[in-house]
Amino acid sequence: MAQRLLMKGNEAVAEAAIRAGCRHFYGYPITPQTEVAAYMSKRMPKVGGLFLQAESEIGAINMVMGSAAAGKRTMTSSSSPGISLKTEGISFLAGSDLPAVILNIQRAGPGLGGIQPSQADYNQAVKAAGHGDFKMLVFTPATVQEMCDCVFTVFDLTDKYRMPGMLLCDGLLGQMMEPVVFPEPVEGLPAKPWAVNGHRNARPGNLVNSLYLHPEALEARVRERFEMYKTIEETETQAECFMTEDAEIVVVAYGACARIARSAVTAAREAGIKAGLFRPITVWPYPKRELTGAAKTAKAVLTVEMSMGQMVEDVRAALEYKKPVEFFGRTGGVVPTPAGVLGEITRMAKGEWL
Amino acid sequence: MIDCGILFAGFGGQGVLFTGKVMAYVGLILGKEVSWMPSYGPEMRGGTANCGVCISDKPVGSPVVVEPDTLVAMNGPAYDKFVDAVKPGGIVLYDSSIVHPEKIRDDVKTCSLPATALSAEKGLSGLANMVLLGRLFKEMAWGEIETLKTALKESIPPARQHMIERNLLAFKLGFAGN
Repeated sequence: MAQRLLMKGNEAVAEAAIRAGCRHFYGYPITPQTEVAAYMSKRMPKVGGLFLQAESEIGAINMVMGSAAAGKRTMTSSSSPGISLKTEGISFLAGSDLPAVILNIQRAGPGLGGIQPSQADYNQAVKAAGHGDFKMLVFTPATVQEMCDCVFTVFDLTDKYRMPGMLLCDGLLGQMMEPVVFPEPVEGLPAKPWAVNGHRNARPGNLVNSLYLHPEALEARVRERFEMYKTIEETETQAECFMTEDAEIVVVAYGACARIARSAVTAAREAGIKAGLFRPITVWPYPKRELTGAAKTAKAVLTVEMSMGQMVEDVRAALEYKKPVEFFGRTGGVVPTPAGVLGEITRMAKGEWL
Repeated sequence: MIDCGILFAGFGGQGVLFTGKVMAYVGLILGKEVSWMPSYGPEMRGGTANCGVCISDKPVGSPVVVEPDTLVAMNGPAYDKFVDAVKPGGIVLYDSSIVHPEKIRDDVKTCSLPATALSAEKGLSGLANMVLLGRLFKEMAWGEIETLKTALKESIPPARQHMIERNLLAFKLGFAGN
């Protein structure tokens, strides 16, 4: 068996990205994400890759665009306020059909907010990662191991669909150490015949562009992308169910919050309450079918987030407003406790809805 | 079955995070599920530092140790801040050279040793953390000193492997202490 290493989420995800074939990383320091860039600065030169600390997050995302246009596996990372600065670039990536991976190690907002863990960028990641009609793949790993596994998947999918993808994590996952077993490095990346990388007149030139001056042409292109998004929604959703088979109270949580919720669900089961956990791994595309299945026996659903309640709207919509869906969350960088979640489960198990 | 949360707390510079890291490696070497979660707030700079380590036979849920099974208090403020959070039946270990508790709970097992004084006596200043870890190791009865040696090797960067021996000496001091 491959060796189990103990690593911080931030460092492990950087190493995994390199193993997934990323050789171009553009970053800018911000707590609690800085170790990603620090690790890349040490490792990239040793594997013949490029690490560049940009002058700002805006600079970094535009450099990402350049490398992505040249057909390279490219990544940038930041934390919430820095991601806000990158949103223009993310929209341009989507509008130019460019694959790239963006890592958000979320901290509390709005504004500079605080440096403690948060999940309050859900809406930004899933609904409005920039201006215009577009979608971005969003993965929400819950362990350091899954952060590593997801990097491989996101790179593959962004290449497959030629679109940006995000790993939506938080300060808790970024800062904690956990055992990790790295997948083998990938060999042979997919060909990108569309890339703008010089051709010595051996082929017609390629063009990477997001400007369409004719509305009909732009509408047609956007519609094509939305056809593709439909396929992605049908085929690329991922989720995990824990004890949901007979659950009367189904807790829905992602990322670090799912770990806390899992502890609470386990404690609830020990207390004789039929509780279960549904954990989306992709939040766009949202695993609606999987959630509907997991909530089949549920009398009520509890969504737990480190925010004032953002994903809860997607949970209600996925369940078509047919089941009571309640929300429990902490925000501002406060991490909910298993006891706090258990209290909500216990109340709901008694049939007391809010 | 092992399923415990350990909270290491003290001043920045006492090796709080490092001690936790060594403990996490012990868990890893024993084949357990482990997590290590530092406090990373502004309090780290010159103020208090703490980290939670979970070692379990089951996947670790929340890595934030809110109600520790074991508290290792390396200074007075850490003891005062966290002693009430320890689960009944848990362990509280402190450095009696610098912690002089007013309150001793009767529903937890409290142990102490003058780790700072002991380490200074043996010319191992700055390694009170390892003395405490030795004492903790004995209390937990989890394994051999060899395990610790391997854990140290993993925790210390290659350029500083010469530090292992001194760390081990301090560890043995705590392990033998009572």
